Amino acid sequence: MASTLSEPQRHLEAQIRWHPLEIAFWLATLLPFVLTPNYLVLASQIAITALFALSLDLILGYAGIISLGHAAYFGFGSYTAGLIAKWGWGEPLTGLLIAAAAAGALGYATSFIIARFRHLALIMITLGLGLLLAEAANSAGWLTGGADGLQGVRMWKLLGLFQFDLYGTAAYTYSLIVLFLGFLLARRLINSPFGLALRGIRENAVRMPAIGAASPAHIRKVFTIAAVMAGIAGALLAQTTETVSLETLSFQRSADVLVILILGGAGRLYGGIIGAIIYMVARDQFSGINPQYWYFWIGMLLIAVVMFLPNGILGGMARLVRLERRAA
Amino acid sequence: MIGSAFGVLFDGFAYGMLLFVLSVGLSVTLGMMNFVNLAHCSFAMLGGFVTVSLTNELGWPFLASLPVAFASAALVSVAFERLLYRRLYGASELDQCLLTIGIVFASVAVAAYIYGTIQQPLSLPAYLRGSVSIFGHSFGVYRLFLIGVSIVITAVLVAALEYTRFGAQVRAAVDNQRMARGLGIDVDRVFAVTFALGSGLAGLGGALAIEIVGLDHAFAFTYLIYVLIVVSVGGLGSIGGSFLAASLLGISDMAGKYYFPELGAFLIYFVMVALLMWRPLGLFGKR
Repeated sequence: MASTLSEPQRHLEAQIRWHPLEIAFWLATLLPFVLTPNYLVLASQIAITALFALSLDLILGYAGIISLGHAAYFGFGSYTAGLIAKWGWGEPLTGLLIAAAAAGALGYATSFIIARFRHLALIMITLGLGLLLAEAANSAGWLTGGADGLQGVRMWKLLGLFQFDLYGTAAYTYSLIVLFLGFLLARRLINSPFGLALRGIRENAVRMPAIGAASPAHIRKVFTIAAVMAGIAGALLAQTTETVSLETLSFQRSADVLVILILGGAGRLYGGIIGAIIYMVARDQFSGINPQYWYFWIGMLLIAVVMFLPNGILGGMARLVRLERRAA
Repeated sequence: MIGSAFGVLFDGFAYGMLLFVLSVGLSVTLGMMNFVNLAHCSFAMLGGFVTVSLTNELGWPFLASLPVAFASAALVSVAFERLLYRRLYGASELDQCLLTIGIVFASVAVAAYIYGTIQQPLSLPAYLRGSVSIFGHSFGVYRLFLIGVSIVITAVLVAALEYTRFGAQVRAAVDNQRMARGLGIDVDRVFAVTFALGSGLAGLGGALAIEIVGLDHAFAFTYLIYVLIVVSVGGLGSIGGSFLAASLLGISDMAGKYYFPELGAFLIYFVMVALLMWRPLGLFGKR
């Protein structure tokens, strides 16, 4: 271990190699097409949520920036994509790119604020910015449709061939491909020297500038990238469901994605994805009972994770594997 | 116009005093232990539901139910502190946030399970209803009562912190926890008592809030944001800061709702973000 750590290049190269489990996992994401064709709409929602959780993982799990308002970028991308389609340009791919650029611009603008603060002030400012945007969208009813949501979003066929329909085949294919591309980007990013610098900021924010790292610039960069990714996730949701509601900007959504990431394991590439699968499937299964009671179990789960599984499900599994190896 | 401005000022101040009672405990405990307790309003909600149950089900007088609301919130919060919170004092802010958000989620669900999702009715005694006229302006009796209670609480708090031995220990622990420990102050015990008192005050605030803002199962979420604004704008551990921030927030929220109803809560969130960017430690924060 010590020899690899002393040679950062070799360490990064070892990290970037694909593990057989990873390949198996991505092949398994194709299974819903065959095994549960009636649940493809849910599957596409999971892929979208996973992409959103992955974007939060970049800033929270790797750079240690706590955000209680990450839904701002998700919702901003969602409304951008929805509005473009409503105004007559229903082409999905360019809509996605425009929404990504818009969310990225918002992320870049706010990143200057984010990079200046830490601790409680940062938590409060991210929370405040998220609430601010949600209130703005609520007030601007002429643009966003207010509490009724954005109506009249009509998408064209994907690549001129595939219609988004009730079965969700096109929706899941589209979301899965975008999620995979986003994942590849995140994987490349965190296995680069830049990714190491982010982890340095997470571990010791005071020492990083002292050894000459440009911490504020790194934070601005990763925050913008995460905002782009969250915006893409939001745009995917708008395009595949052909509606946008105020809920995409709400504190509830920011809290949900935090729960998902923590449940899966923050600071791990697959944490958000695993968390999204478990959370969304469980919510779908329990949707028959009152949503109020669903939050009781989410609350209990959060308490249990913080108390007993500090690194989420993936962290707990990694510890089990280590214990097994030591015993063997 | 002048008359309505005066009315807005009065109602806003009364509302601000309510926010002060709700949040002052969090300000002191956050300043002392740096523990981000997002479940503070769950204890407030508990106090509110205790009052509702006592007055509606058992027919207690409203005023008699207030001390019970205080005591039950304080007792329950101590149980949580002993069982859960104290294990996370050294942990990261994220873990503390998550644990307490978990408690909020669970408490909201439990409240919905027991009381349903409707606004809780509360019938005030006759002497707290209506309004009185002073110098040609009419004032709601309940709001006057609220302001009176809050000023008494503030006076008691300030006096207790300034002139008692326990108050001196609290101030020492807020200013410099390690040094206080070094001097032989049992900071954990001081903290537990302060935490209970702060949560008790929140419970009292929750009971007082029913008449002004209503009470439903989502109270713990809705008012969490207001309480956090008061605490972070006022500055951690500062009673005067909380008082000023709560008054400011109450008045600007009321004025915003009265004069710019189309903006909604936009105004106060904007004021909060702007104030925090100007002074990240709050108006009176030291650290």
